[in-house]
Amino acid sequence: MNAPQPIEKTARKFMSGNEAVAQAARDAGCSVASAYPGTPSTEILEFIAAYPDIYTEWSINEKVSLEVAIGASLAGSRALCAMKHVGVNVASDALMTQTLIGAVGGLVLVVADDVGLSSSQNEQDSRYWGRFAHIPVLEPSDAQEAYEMTRLAFSLSEQFDVPVMVRLTTRICHVKGVVVNSPVEAYERKNFTKDPARYVMVPGNARKRIPLMMARDQKLSQASEAHPLNRIESGSEDCVGFVTSGAAYFHVKEAYPDAPVFKLGFSHPAPIEKIREFAATVAKLVVVEEVEPLLETELRAAGITLYGKDVLPRIGELAPQVLTPCIDKLLGKPCQDTLIETTGLFPRPPTLCVACPHLGIYYCLSHIKNTIIAGDIGCYTLGAGHPWNALDTTISMGASLSVAQGIDKGRSEADQNKNVLAVIGDSTFMHMGMQGLLDITYNQGNVTVLLLDNRAVGMTGGQNAPSSGLNIHGEPTMQVDFRKLCEALGVKPERIHEVNPYELPTLFKALREEVKIKEPSVIITNQPCVLTERYSKLPPLKVDEDRCTGCSNCLDVGCPAILVQRRETVIKPNGREKQLAFVNIDTAVCTGCNLCTNTCAPDAIIPAFNIDKINAVEVI
Amino acid sequence: MTAKKNSAAGNTGVVTNILVVGIGGQGIMTAADVLSQAALALGYDVKKTEVAGMAQRGGVVTSHVRFGEKVFSPAIRPGDTDMMIAFEPAEALRWQSHLKPGAVAMVNDYPLKPPVVSIGLYDYPEAPLVQLAQSSVKLHHFNAGEAAIELGDRRLVNSIMLGAIADHLPFPPDILEQALLNRFQRKGEALTVLNRQAFTLGRRAFNKNNYSETA
Repeated sequence: MNAPQPIEKTARKFMSGNEAVAQAARDAGCSVASAYPGTPSTEILEFIAAYPDIYTEWSINEKVSLEVAIGASLAGSRALCAMKHVGVNVASDALMTQTLIGAVGGLVLVVADDVGLSSSQNEQDSRYWGRFAHIPVLEPSDAQEAYEMTRLAFSLSEQFDVPVMVRLTTRICHVKGVVVNSPVEAYERKNFTKDPARYVMVPGNARKRIPLMMARDQKLSQASEAHPLNRIESGSEDCVGFVTSGAAYFHVKEAYPDAPVFKLGFSHPAPIEKIREFAATVAKLVVVEEVEPLLETELRAAGITLYGKDVLPRIGELAPQVLTPCIDKLLGKPCQDTLIETTGLFPRPPTLCVACPHLGIYYCLSHIKNTIIAGDIGCYTLGAGHPWNALDTTISMGASLSVAQGIDKGRSEADQNKNVLAVIGDSTFMHMGMQGLLDITYNQGNVTVLLLDNRAVGMTGGQNAPSSGLNIHGEPTMQVDFRKLCEALGVKPERIHEVNPYELPTLFKALREEVKIKEPSVIITNQPCVLTERYSKLPPLKVDEDRCTGCSNCLDVGCPAILVQRRETVIKPNGREKQLAFVNIDTAVCTGCNLCTNTCAPDAIIPAFNIDKINAVEVI
Repeated sequence: MTAKKNSAAGNTGVVTNILVVGIGGQGIMTAADVLSQAALALGYDVKKTEVAGMAQRGGVVTSHVRFGEKVFSPAIRPGDTDMMIAFEPAEALRWQSHLKPGAVAMVNDYPLKPPVVSIGLYDYPEAPLVQLAQSSVKLHHFNAGEAAIELGDRRLVNSIMLGAIADHLPFPPDILEQALLNRFQRKGEALTVLNRQAFTLGRRAFNKNNYSETA
């Protein structure tokens, strides 16, 4: 690291990596930004949306999002598109062609990898897309670098006529640190110039672009070799030297502050010759890269002797407590295993919110026997947990419908009498689910689709989508009519039900009816996500202790506001033991949705009057 | 004093490690942010990060705050925590092994039991703080949850806990109070007053007899 520059206190801002990317986009004169929400990338667009001069949108999915940014770039604007790692898989079709076309206005793709899987269906190393798509990759290590590299990405994109990827990881996105900004650039938009030989990628045109791309790769390699973002930090020790990038850089500095480090910022194409020179100065060279041995393989192929995933873990973060034992062992030092023993304490898995409109759905699904249920990405994934245990599959965004179709068509004789269902949310349905529904109707699958419309992207914090009738700024726009949409996708009008998910009897009736019918059907729920302003709270409920029989039916709802006060074991007349659980309701969080009252035979759940000052004040 | 010499390095100087732990929705990240802002105002290098998978869904949330002359890794190494602010007693126990000997543990002993406990799949520990008290930790605990509800809203627990830790920080409590109140500048006088009350209540909790201390 260069010597820290003295800075004015007033210039110091405390920012997350996501916030720094947003600020950089603004300061670089970016005028179009798009994304689909996804942890850990979501906040980037939320922060950019606060700048009135930048057009921002929540796109339907990541491919659409990238295509919007591509269009803006070709029109002559600087454009940014943000997504999480799995989003690049969706966007990759557009990306792999855009790499041939290049960029007019700077085109920056910010990708956030969820290293360590805090909330994703897989762990994936987006740096591979750099090599695959022949585009440069910049890897910031903290918020300050996220700011600087995002700004650089716009100019590199224009200089080399290429989309540029800024690869973040959770420990960049969600780490706040001190950031110093540089002056705002007044970027002048260019005009759109017709150039079909470049923008229309029919085979004849594309074929001519491929040699240009290869020549560009050469220039990018030279730039990377010479770029100050790829730098050597000398150290006082010489028994081990590290090559590292991103969040892993700080983990290395924390664990081995005196060791020499080759820090990569412009990590693809890799500055192989510069690393080769560095390798000659240290006794043992270790490549510390999170997730895949991408650079390691490349350096080995270049004939450089090194250690990598042979001594370091292949999965998860390379935090100091993970690095130290591995490296100490390599150096022949006595090492302590600093990993923490488990406490044996109960787990606290994420669960559906108090009064979530999905609670009723999962309650019903857990009470319907003989089912195979395909689940999807989003809050509905939580239906796989306790107490519902209501999902059999979760693969990828929008996959529930098509997987259910496959289960229906592929099931054995023994499974013929089972009910095949697909559960999907509104935003997910629009993202990638609509095509699956069309496949079900077109190929006449016997699938009951539960379209859980809570009018928001719930899992990432309740962002707006076409189902909300509001845009990214909360301004009114069109609202999609799912009934009409499903009809247009081929579902018969009489096979479409719209139900209030808090009305359990209606919900059960619709479900029981539709699973019996051997044709495509859709049950749409119509109550808003509790995290959004559209949700209106009612006075809370309480349990009349004299009436509670301890049957514990209400616990099957899975609402976190229902708590067990005491348990009892009784002997029934038939001699069997029965476990009783007497409950109460946490009135401070109950929103009076009345779902649990539906499950209470003795009517023990009643309005809690005389509750004072509920939500009377706004606090942090 | 809670500041420590970073074991790894001469050149990183003194780094203070604070772990804020609790459950999604309790305001853990906000509390950590206020602590960071206070350290930032004093000119320290500060890093703050969360381990918050699905934070709004009732899961375990931890926020790491590190400040000093120069901070490298944003995450606190297990066993290196100088100070823990725990918003729930069982969560305090969960992170026990991340504390270094002699660390301060400030715990809200108002328990929150998750649905997996309610439905009988797991047991909530009988007395979670007894085990914590047996380790070499300076344990302080009080019912901040009940105090917050008495004050008008359970979400005030955040300001109460910040008040409680204020006198244990390696900088004056006023700096923390100011960082907290800065958040209400645009939200009006009433909220500022209410949160100042909560902060003061947290600080006072240690001048009365309603807390215990185990060395």
